[in-house]
Amino acid sequence: MIWQFDLLLLTFVVICAIAAITVKDLLSAAMIMGAYSFFMCLLWAEMGSVDVAFTEATVGAGVSTIFFVAAAYRTSRRSKD
Amino acid sequence: MKILGLLVAVLTGCMLLYCAGDFPDWADPNSPASLHVSPHYIEKTMEETAVPNMVTAVLADYRGFDTMFETGVIFTAGVTVIILLRRFRRKDEADVQGDSDSRKGPPDDIIIQTICRFMAPFMQLFALYVLCFGHHSPGGGFQGGVIFGASFILLGVAYDLKTILRRIGARVSALLANTGLLVYSGIGALCILLGANFLDYSILSLILPATGDIMARSHGILGVEIGVFLGVSASMISIYLDLSSHGQLDEGL
Repeated sequence: MIWQFDLLLLTFVVICAIAAITVKDLLSAAMIMGAYSFFMCLLWAEMGSVDVAFTEATVGAGVSTIFFVAAAYRTSRRSKD
Repeated sequence: MKILGLLVAVLTGCMLLYCAGDFPDWADPNSPASLHVSPHYIEKTMEETAVPNMVTAVLADYRGFDTMFETGVIFTAGVTVIILLRRFRRKDEADVQGDSDSRKGPPDDIIIQTICRFMAPFMQLFALYVLCFGHHSPGGGFQGGVIFGASFILLGVAYDLKTILRRIGARVSALLANTGLLVYSGIGALCILLGANFLDYSILSLILPATGDIMARSHGILGVEIGVFLGVSASMISIYLDLSSHGQLDEGL
């Protein structure tokens, strides 16, 4: 565990989380959630739990992003609040 | 209202941070979790199950119930999406109000389509590799199943839903999701029929030829992982089919 690397990844995670709830475009929000999942995946891998990182990469960053995009295409693109 | 929500979020965050101070240090060998259960898994997994990857052994053998109901959760999600979204009416009865803007997605692009078509078989091969090597390396049925489903979803994004439906129909994917859960619980029930507890794989050595008690547990784990693979991949495809076409199974994105 390298704490500088940890700190960098955690900063990116927090930035992605805040960006995902502030951005108005739902498609961008879905993409930012994918980036968030990917940074979480790097964080898991960095802490040594490779299986969890693998699951996060496939489910979180991969398939659920696609589901969000598919759902966003079926509604209006802009968020109301 | 917004300020109230922010206040609640900040308070909850502060409370969680305060509680996190009581956790044992990261990778502390004297924490309770590292003293009671973990040493047993670390020392005995290899001789009890013949599986080098401890995580796989814990997931599919020691905590087999957990993984079975996890697969059940994915299956339930797939069934729920079908119940909520799919339209079972015939085409001529279906309302045609959304037809003019049914293709709001990006236009077809030959570069994207060609690359996705070439990538899909490699993704499927990698998914099978992840499934088969779950005993030795990170991965297993869950991750392999998601990658396998994602290869079909990739084709659906690059082309349209017809491309998925030509390869794996909506009925077939729903049936495969059922089969996956049935394989998992069926192996557990088989253990009961042979006279042991539910999901106690070592009794399978009675019907597997030339297999000892220990290797039977390893093979049982593989069988269960195949069930998870089938269930998860078919559920993912089924969810995407309904989600991207609003249950009409026509064009998709």
